[in-house]
Amino acid sequence: MTPSLYLWLLPLLPLAGFAINGTMGRRLPKSVVSSVALLFPAAAFVQVLWISAQAYHGLALPYVERFATPWIAVSGFHANFSFLLDQLTLIMLLVVTGVGFVIHLYSVGYMAEEDGYWRFFSYMNLFLFFMLTLVLAANFLLLFVGWEGVGLASYLLIGFYYQKDSAANAGKKAFIVNRIGDFGFLLAMFLLIAHFGSLSFTTVFASITAHPGMQGGALTTIALLLVLGATGKSAQIPLYVWLPDAMEGPTPVSALIHAATMVTAGIYMVARTHVLFDRSPLALGVVAVIGAATAFFAATVGIVQTDIKRVLAYSTISQLGYMFLACGVAAYSTAIFHLMTHAFFKALLFLAAGSVIHALGGEQDMRLMGGLRKKLPVTFWAMTAAVFAISGFFPFAGFFSKDAILAATFQSPHGGKLLWAVGLVTAGLTSFYMFRLWYMTFFGNPRYPKHATDHAGHATHGGPGVHESPWIMLLPLVILGILSLTGGWIGWPEALGGHDWITHFLDPVFGNTVAPATVASFGLERILAGVSMLTALIGWFLADLFYRRRPQLADEAERPIQPLHKLLWNKYWVDEIYANVIVWPILVVSRNVLGRGIDEGVIDGTNTAWTAGARGASSWIRRMQSGNIRSYAGWLAAGAAAVLVVVLYLAHLY
Amino acid sequence: MLNASILTWLTFLPAIGAVVVMFLPRHGRAPQVFTLLLTLLLFVMALHLPTHYDYHQQGFQYELNVPWVSSPAIHYHVGVDGLSMWLVVLVSFLAPLGVLISWRVIEDRKSEFYALFLLQQTAMYGVFIALDLILYYAFWELSIVPLALLIGMYGRKNGRAAAIKFFLYAFIPSALMLVGMLWLYTQTGTFDLVQLQQQIHDWSASGSITAAHATGLWLTSLAFLLAFAVKVPVFPLHGWLRDGISEAPTAVAMILAGKLGLYSLLRWHIALFPTEAAHVAPLMVALGAIGILYGALLALVQTDLKRLAAYATLSSLSFCVLGIYAFTTASMDGAVYQILNESVSASAFFMLLGVLYERYGTYDMAQFGGVAAKMPRLAVLFVITTLSLIGLPALNNFVGEFLILSGSFQTHERITAAATLGVILSAAYMLWMVQRVFYGAPSAHVTGLVRPDVNWRERAALWPTVALMIVMGVASIFWMRAIDLTVPAMAPKMASTHTALDVRMASTR
Repeated sequence: MTPSLYLWLLPLLPLAGFAINGTMGRRLPKSVVSSVALLFPAAAFVQVLWISAQAYHGLALPYVERFATPWIAVSGFHANFSFLLDQLTLIMLLVVTGVGFVIHLYSVGYMAEEDGYWRFFSYMNLFLFFMLTLVLAANFLLLFVGWEGVGLASYLLIGFYYQKDSAANAGKKAFIVNRIGDFGFLLAMFLLIAHFGSLSFTTVFASITAHPGMQGGALTTIALLLVLGATGKSAQIPLYVWLPDAMEGPTPVSALIHAATMVTAGIYMVARTHVLFDRSPLALGVVAVIGAATAFFAATVGIVQTDIKRVLAYSTISQLGYMFLACGVAAYSTAIFHLMTHAFFKALLFLAAGSVIHALGGEQDMRLMGGLRKKLPVTFWAMTAAVFAISGFFPFAGFFSKDAILAATFQSPHGGKLLWAVGLVTAGLTSFYMFRLWYMTFFGNPRYPKHATDHAGHATHGGPGVHESPWIMLLPLVILGILSLTGGWIGWPEALGGHDWITHFLDPVFGNTVAPATVASFGLERILAGVSMLTALIGWFLADLFYRRRPQLADEAERPIQPLHKLLWNKYWVDEIYANVIVWPILVVSRNVLGRGIDEGVIDGTNTAWTAGARGASSWIRRMQSGNIRSYAGWLAAGAAAVLVVVLYLAHLY
Repeated sequence: MLNASILTWLTFLPAIGAVVVMFLPRHGRAPQVFTLLLTLLLFVMALHLPTHYDYHQQGFQYELNVPWVSSPAIHYHVGVDGLSMWLVVLVSFLAPLGVLISWRVIEDRKSEFYALFLLQQTAMYGVFIALDLILYYAFWELSIVPLALLIGMYGRKNGRAAAIKFFLYAFIPSALMLVGMLWLYTQTGTFDLVQLQQQIHDWSASGSITAAHATGLWLTSLAFLLAFAVKVPVFPLHGWLRDGISEAPTAVAMILAGKLGLYSLLRWHIALFPTEAAHVAPLMVALGAIGILYGALLALVQTDLKRLAAYATLSSLSFCVLGIYAFTTASMDGAVYQILNESVSASAFFMLLGVLYERYGTYDMAQFGGVAAKMPRLAVLFVITTLSLIGLPALNNFVGEFLILSGSFQTHERITAAATLGVILSAAYMLWMVQRVFYGAPSAHVTGLVRPDVNWRERAALWPTVALMIVMGVASIFWMRAIDLTVPAMAPKMASTHTALDVRMASTR
């Protein structure tokens, strides 16, 4: 008999943290709030480690846990609270609770001075609850609970500084844009019910597997609707617009929700439902094209941004595009691999950026940074590890996962050389803008005002004001730094003498959707790896040239391409286009056509006519109330006669 | 013994209470204290229904059927089934909350207010339990009068105009309905629901329904439909709703729209005239979908909180209309569940708006801003209610809306897909509203008035609704058992989820 893993407990742990801090946090001292906020995610992480140990010792996967009482049940349809654990879930659980806990730890330092400390941590724990529900769900509906729930946590945390209009706007925008994606998700579920009568993963996938003839058609529609959902949550074209604005939230939120975990939910969902996608080459193609286009598009915007968090936001969109691309070429395990390494290095990038912002008293503009290498040594080295990782330098984590995606794109029957080329150019751009960030922040002369910060009293070393962060913020940087270096080794490709452990580990989930690597293709893989390394080096070289060796060159290079720069600086005016082409017409039509035209014109107009009619009738009736008994008697008789006539007439007629 | 009389007690105790209130001292708190205690007693009594309900039996329970008038044959026939049982509990649940939230708002003509309020309770109970057409009609008409008076006497500024509008809208179709009822009686000799159903069924089943009967049934069913649709309201018969809700005091806005009409559609339109209902169903489904989008789009451009709430109500109620007339198991179950959800959440919403009005004296959104900083507890309650209303999963409205939409989708794919756009719009108008009222820097109006956060009395009224939002979101099965056993069986026999599903699966494979 399989031992119980108490999967249900896993999401409930952070939920308890949320409940305690959410209800009583206002009255509790900060130390208690942070203890509660750390303890429950830590317990969840320990449980995940314990589950991993069980899996290592031969626990049979997939493992399913289900509550006896269903959540929703009507005749012909029911949905349960049921949890599924397989290799894919396990990886996600490790990332979510592991990175999640580390970021909670960091937040204790980062948020120490903020009002609403308890509110922040209760939301963070709430997020973990929904995220764990999302990855553990064994049916589409429960996944959707987590899906919208993480959106709620994101809404609350983006709008954490709710008194700022920009923050409140960003939170609302995130929720509504995600709702557009959720609309697709909902329709996909309706179609699944129509075709399979169930939303359980096991039932749906078994039913598809049992019918090899089921190809395309409805499955394509379902898959494409799910893709719409995924483009919302994972910030892909056309619904990526909320993510850059989401940077209004505190930096740890950007790290946890808008980089490492929540935004990867779309990739997780596509991977989880790969059985559907495998039957629809069209849907896969759409995913691949969206992914490649988003990766490239976001990278171009990232080149010119000057707000450190915005650069990272566009970088996240771009990297999520890579994961989408990987899914689109049916290299799901590679997508999950990149999801994992990205969680390490992107969380690190954000946390390191947070440390910089913290040191500068809230400054986010890279034009006002510079020369921080000596002042913030730990932050600098952590950031360096992350920059090398995301740019894809051997042997950092990003090298292995990004290289695997590019190789899969090149070789997969669903991919192709064009997609590969886009991915490769994006890799070069990534390297360029990341090193640009690195140089602008840590090298050159300090460009921040001498009195940029009011932390003089806290200064431990370095000049007055700018100082390294406390250990509770640096420890997470170190942990994630190590992971950014070593995290990719579990996917060391066989072509380079490794074992590609992660792909083999995930094989039971995805089957052998990727053509097994043959010795014959090793040569090609090595060449591809070399090419992408070279591209990354070119990016670094250019960034070095423009932002360290000859800073004036950047301005000179900008001049001839002024229109292009303007286009990128304004992010292709996509927000403006959406506002004017979609939002504005809806409001105008609602206000003028529906409101003034139909509601006030037709419907109230009819009202007025009715009322006038009623007034006419009442004046006529008033005349009957003459006070004359005889006339009353007359009316009474007439009325009785009328009733009689009606009854008799009707009775005879029918 | 109690089982047979419980419904009668529930229905007539409030009416007796209404008389008592008029004799209580008019000053001081006597009227509201008495009304609160009475409504709490009624709620406890109403809990007898679900706790002693037989969840395996489909028909009417707690039934009582005694002759009342011999000719025409009118019976005092009452009972509840899976459709009405929870509605009776719902009415009992909301009443004490309505009293609590009116506590300090109603100061003038207080005795009359609580007397009318209690009379309205009697009318609502009566509508839900009556199984004799004349009895039903008496309560139906009775339900119009206290509401109109309450709006007229205690409305904001144009209360009387709104009250007259409401009354005419409700009364004129009801008069047509009366004609239909009399025709039915002349043809069948009974007013009893079950006997009427049987007779009408026999006419159609015999296959030789006379042309006269067919025409009569059609006209009667349309008269019934019109009366109910106005009361819901169904687009485009919602002309009274905006002003009614804008003007009505909070406790009245809570019960003004929705459940009476929706219930009647199921009980006295679909269940009584299945053939005719099946024919108008496509129209009703379309009107439901239009209402969802139309209400949501108009809510998007309102600047007055109450008017926004009115259009939001139209949108939410249209979900129920869609679900009822889509005639699938899931959609009908979902629609009835959604009547409960919508009442709970919309009541909380109206109470919260009332709390805001009590403090800031306005419903104009432009005057608000940054209230969250001043009243964090109110903000929490408001945001949870908002999330419920926009159908966040694991809260109550999601379960109802999901069942409605997923069910309707099986028979009306395109229309339902369009209606599903409503989930985007509802998030848009509700979150925008929350932002304008609660977020940002406090406005001049808000800063100028120092007001306390929600007090114990308001919390006592609000927290039960919030608790229900969560419980009904995760434990729907508790309510659904009774609903699922009764409601889908009311659908005209031609359509059900199963057949639709089987066809689909066959075509896919």
